[in-house]
Amino acid sequence: MLTEPTEVMPRSRSLWLEAGRQLLRSKKGMTCLVIILLLYGAGMFAPIVAPYHYDEQNWDQTLQSPSLDHPLGTDRLGRDMLSRIIYGIRTTVIITIAAMVAGGLLLGIALGLISGYFSRWVDSAIMRVGEVFLAFPDILLVILIAATLKPRVLDFARNLEASTGIGGIVQSGVADYLVVFGALAIVSWVGMARVVRGQVFSIKQNQYVLAARALGASHFRIIARHIFPNLLPQVVVMVSIGMGSIAGAEVALSWLGIGVQPPVPSLGLMIFENGSIAILRSTPYLVFFPVITVAIIIFAFNLLGDALNDALNPKAR
Amino acid sequence: MAKYIVRRLLWTPVLLLLVGFITYILGYYGPGDPVEVLLDQYQDPVVVERIREQRGLDRPVIVQYGIYIKNAVQGDLGESFKYRGQPVGALLGQRIWVSSQLGLAALLIGFLLGIPLGLLAALKQGRWQDTAVISGTLLFYSLPVFITAPFLLVVFVLWLGILPSQGWGGFFDPRIVMPALILGIPGVAVIARMSRNSIVEVLAQDYVRTARAKGLPEYLVYWRHVLRNAMIPVATLLGLSLATLVTGAFITETMFGIPGVGRLAIESFFARDYPVITALTLIIAAAYVLANLLVDVVYKFLDPRVKYD
Repeated sequence: MLTEPTEVMPRSRSLWLEAGRQLLRSKKGMTCLVIILLLYGAGMFAPIVAPYHYDEQNWDQTLQSPSLDHPLGTDRLGRDMLSRIIYGIRTTVIITIAAMVAGGLLLGIALGLISGYFSRWVDSAIMRVGEVFLAFPDILLVILIAATLKPRVLDFARNLEASTGIGGIVQSGVADYLVVFGALAIVSWVGMARVVRGQVFSIKQNQYVLAARALGASHFRIIARHIFPNLLPQVVVMVSIGMGSIAGAEVALSWLGIGVQPPVPSLGLMIFENGSIAILRSTPYLVFFPVITVAIIIFAFNLLGDALNDALNPKAR
Repeated sequence: MAKYIVRRLLWTPVLLLLVGFITYILGYYGPGDPVEVLLDQYQDPVVVERIREQRGLDRPVIVQYGIYIKNAVQGDLGESFKYRGQPVGALLGQRIWVSSQLGLAALLIGFLLGIPLGLLAALKQGRWQDTAVISGTLLFYSLPVFITAPFLLVVFVLWLGILPSQGWGGFFDPRIVMPALILGIPGVAVIARMSRNSIVEVLAQDYVRTARAKGLPEYLVYWRHVLRNAMIPVATLLGLSLATLVTGAFITETMFGIPGVGRLAIESFFARDYPVITALTLIIAAAYVLANLLVDVVYKFLDPRVKYD
């Protein structure tokens, strides 16, 4: 392939176009992207896609093996596993997107930009706070935050129901979503902020930033026009990998029983309920279908991140 | 260098104080009243008030935390709410011993499988073995416990029938195999990748060419020149993993019924046993932060080119 002279084309545009082409050519990247779009699409349109409602019990058809009527079988209450998994994916979709947007994209990028751009004490302060968060063992902080938030959010939802007269807010599980999302968002900004900060440090050294400053550009303009666009390649990669780990954390939380509460299905709870050796012996599909779904989601995000990294950061190879 | 270490050493206690404070605050504002949990159904208001006063629970939260830290520094981590009369320190001691055996087993699996896999990938650089090791380890690295566990259960318990599905009997009991594999596999991935990259890098060095040029047998080139140098960054991973000897594993220990730190954390969480949760968080965070510090310092000595600001 011919390499085009870089002076001719504006750099930012050619980078993205080139990266897009590269991604389209990458079998690994495209496979993962298609899988993610399919799963997330199914999750988002769960009420349309799922053949049954997640709570529809059918006592004549309990614990059925996969068949044409129930492609992934039924559980001990006769509920269709395929539908439950699709609704479980919906839970994961909502939580991962919300936590990534709030924690990774908004908090993470903003704090990383501020930290890297202004350096000095602002940087120290933000990074030290990040270290405190990182020092917490594993998902313990998420668990503690979720537990503390929960009664408050539930109270709030009840008050809201009482004052507005709209029923079913608590029942619908919205409060649970808020709790899990909040806990994950509070924790997930650190990784993104650290990477963004590092990037800003190196971008700041470029001549064009100095030139912009010499021309009297404001801090905001320099950040928005000169630094932010150059961050995006790294951010895109981080988002893909971060989605995988947030999905894992969400499933872990619901596995522990702290996440979204039944009857709203979540993949973690399905794995927990059916994880015993007796069920593995008699009806293994009850646990393996949710397990494989989670594995595919996490694996696809990681591999997509890898492919995006190859496409967007050609220098890193 | 000295300045860097001093600054880190000064920051570490502050960091731990903050970690402890956040945990304490979350516990304080979290659901459940410790005194009510303690007294169970016997709730005479006078007694509740007295215990509250005795334990300093009627003071402002920051004062309570101050008292807690003062006692903790003197080695008194308080008493567990759930296990009546058990000092938290003693409770933690037993649990850490269990978790460290499990952690050691996982560490052994990580290094004994990871380094040979990395070497294989480096030797067959660019061929299918390389790709298999690298993408295979990526797959395993990213999979959480609750996904690997069912597969292991099917293999070891249902197919081979050589292991019970859970339980704990110490380091030399076969029941350690599954949890150790689950905890060790992500380590295998990290170690294999790191060894591979490090070996590939060293192979390109002039001194390796010199060693080959002077006619040294290939195995000696690898043993004396390549591996010895390539293992330096891998050794730092060992330092980092030392922290895992204390921290335990929340989900794995819960799943396999192992009485370690991780399971204690989850149990205490559900029992609202805040003295135990706070102490656990502090100890795990301390182990992690100190291991990090140790690695940074050792790395600096091993490779003087590394610079810290």
